Amino acid sequence: MSPGAHQSAGALDFAVVTLEEVSRSFGRRRALSRVSARAAQGEILGVLGPNGAGKSTLIGILATLLRPTAGRVRYGDAAADAGAELRARIGVLGHDLFLYPELTARENLEFFAGLHAVDDPRAAAHDALKRAGLDARADDPVSSFSRGMRQRVALERALIHRPRLVLLDEPFTGLDDASASALVARLRGLRESGAIVIVATHDLELAEQLLDHALFLREGRPAASIPRPGRLRAVYQEVMTNPPDGARS
Amino acid sequence: MPKWFSPAAILCGLMFVVSPVLIARAPDEAAMGMVYKIYYYHMPSAWMFLLAPLVCGVSSAFFLARGRPEDDRRAWAAAELTVLFGALTLITGPLWARRAWGTWWVWDARLTSSLVGWMIGWAYLILRRYGGPGSDKLAAGVALFGAANVPFIYISVNYWRTIHPPTTVVPRLPVDMGVPLWFCVFAFLLLFILLMTMRLRLEVARARLDALYVAHDE
Amino acid sequence: MTGPAPAPPSGSRFARSVWLVLRKDLTVEVRSGEIAYTTLFFAVSCVLIFAFALVKEGRAPEGGAAGILWIAILFASTLALGRGFERERQAETLRALLLAPVPRPAIYVGKLLGIVALLIAAEAVLLPLVAFLFTARLFAHPFWLAGIVLTCTVGLASVGTLFAAMLVRARSRDMLLPVLLYPVVVPVIIAGVQGTAALLQPTVDLEIVRFWLLLLVTFDVVFVVLALWTFEAVMSD
Repeated sequence: MSPGAHQSAGALDFAVVTLEEVSRSFGRRRALSRVSARAAQGEILGVLGPNGAGKSTLIGILATLLRPTAGRVRYGDAAADAGAELRARIGVLGHDLFLYPELTARENLEFFAGLHAVDDPRAAAHDALKRAGLDARADDPVSSFSRGMRQRVALERALIHRPRLVLLDEPFTGLDDASASALVARLRGLRESGAIVIVATHDLELAEQLLDHALFLREGRPAASIPRPGRLRAVYQEVMTNPPDGARS
Repeated sequence: MPKWFSPAAILCGLMFVVSPVLIARAPDEAAMGMVYKIYYYHMPSAWMFLLAPLVCGVSSAFFLARGRPEDDRRAWAAAELTVLFGALTLITGPLWARRAWGTWWVWDARLTSSLVGWMIGWAYLILRRYGGPGSDKLAAGVALFGAANVPFIYISVNYWRTIHPPTTVVPRLPVDMGVPLWFCVFAFLLLFILLMTMRLRLEVARARLDALYVAHDE
Repeated sequence: MTGPAPAPPSGSRFARSVWLVLRKDLTVEVRSGEIAYTTLFFAVSCVLIFAFALVKEGRAPEGGAAGILWIAILFASTLALGRGFERERQAETLRALLLAPVPRPAIYVGKLLGIVALLIAAEAVLLPLVAFLFTARLFAHPFWLAGIVLTCTVGLASVGTLFAAMLVRARSRDMLLPVLLYPVVVPVIIAGVQGTAALLQPTVDLEIVRFWLLLLVTFDVVFVVLALWTFEAVMSD
């Protein structure tokens, strides 16, 4: 994908995603507490933390599926309720892969490409299958795929409309080494082509190879925000054992 | 509680205590004698039973459109009052019917429509109780559909009954049985407002408590 | 290769999205057949159970055929709706649909048409079955019957699809769907049963049939419009 491939006339576009003091609670349970962050084009932001830290909730808010109970999200200058236009520029790879098991890989991709008003859904699906190396199994139902293969199809599904903002929730779960490396390479490629990539994960080794910036969450609160983190595991231990006292950079 | 609450509650209590006196003094009706007097509680209940779902439906529509929690609280309180006053109506009605016509229930348009409306009120409450998070929006949708349904229910049941021979005839009572009726209507209306206020206060307190929990967590 | 094309006019976008969702549902269903076969079998069992319960000395109760037919359809549609949306819950594909830049009401209409298609397929079997078991002359006035059946089905499906979609992420969703749905579709059931029963009379009074048909059409219009308006609001968090 070449730089500038994300340019399109007339559609809403943005270069930066900003979270301003975003909080989200479910009744009495506080899921996120005053999280602020910023991710720009050509950057990979990692959201790290243990289970229950609020990573999935944050991804949900960024994807416009959830509304924050306080604070706000800005996509460039646009607010989060810009509707369908905004959704067209966001691609999400969720925990649950969003694939119809009874449909084939090709059909899944063509369906979602059609929904996203991609120019030629058939061609786009074809290219996506090639990129994922699943040409041979394109016409098999997804239910017959292994987890890694499903992940690859799901990733292509999330990217088929070439979104500006790519959100991934625990994408490395259940992947073997080869698939994981391939995914890392793919995400790097996305970064080169100017996408904003935000990855929520608790896989620190893989995250180390990827991240331009790391946001640590603990019990919904931002524990630290570190640019160009190296030796993530050590940093993680340090951040998680110290009592939270607001974001440190 | 707002300042007017206690005086209003006392007034309401007094009115209910006094009402049997007024009712006893009212003239007996020609055909049914004394029995019809439950009507003085039945009619006002029925009117509150019409008012409550109206409040619920309108509040739900506002809640879906604007998303403000006050609208949701009002809708929930109104749904509970629908079930309460519906129960009163559906108990006093058959009591009267039994004595007056010898049968507990009659499938006429009004009674049947009331029963269906009452069930929709129950459905709302069951959804709120067991639906888990997010059931406020869902319940608002149900309330809206329920409210929009009222004319359809009435028309369909009405036509359904007219093509069958009526088993009994529901007598028409003159609505202006005077002072006792309006007295009771006012008492019931006051009761409605008091209960609504109490219920709303409960929800507001609950919301404040949740907010405190969440803020404490910061 | 460029990114997404500038948006086509919203009307055709809506229609296209509806078509995509509908086609996807039909493909999935044709391939697995799970909902279609189980719904149909369940509906047939319902009819038989009612027949055993109500038939005395070899004769069905007066006007019973119409009632039994529509109760079976109501129960079967409840199951089909529950199961259909359960499918969207696995792998959270409903969320993926909500994430797509399609007008949300289009998702509702696509799902609605899918359910209606499924129910009509079931009715194609149930109507002859009921006519056969209860020696009912169902097909004397085929167009009127088709009208009643179609509008009644749309009525049930319009409310049912909205409620089932709403309940996808709720707890106790299996129990809650009938609890919420049945009181609200009372007018539809009354109209459907009475309309069908009127068509079974030895001398058919078309005035009565016309009345019920008109009521059903009005119900359908009002409630589909209401559902289109509410769908967006109840689906967002």
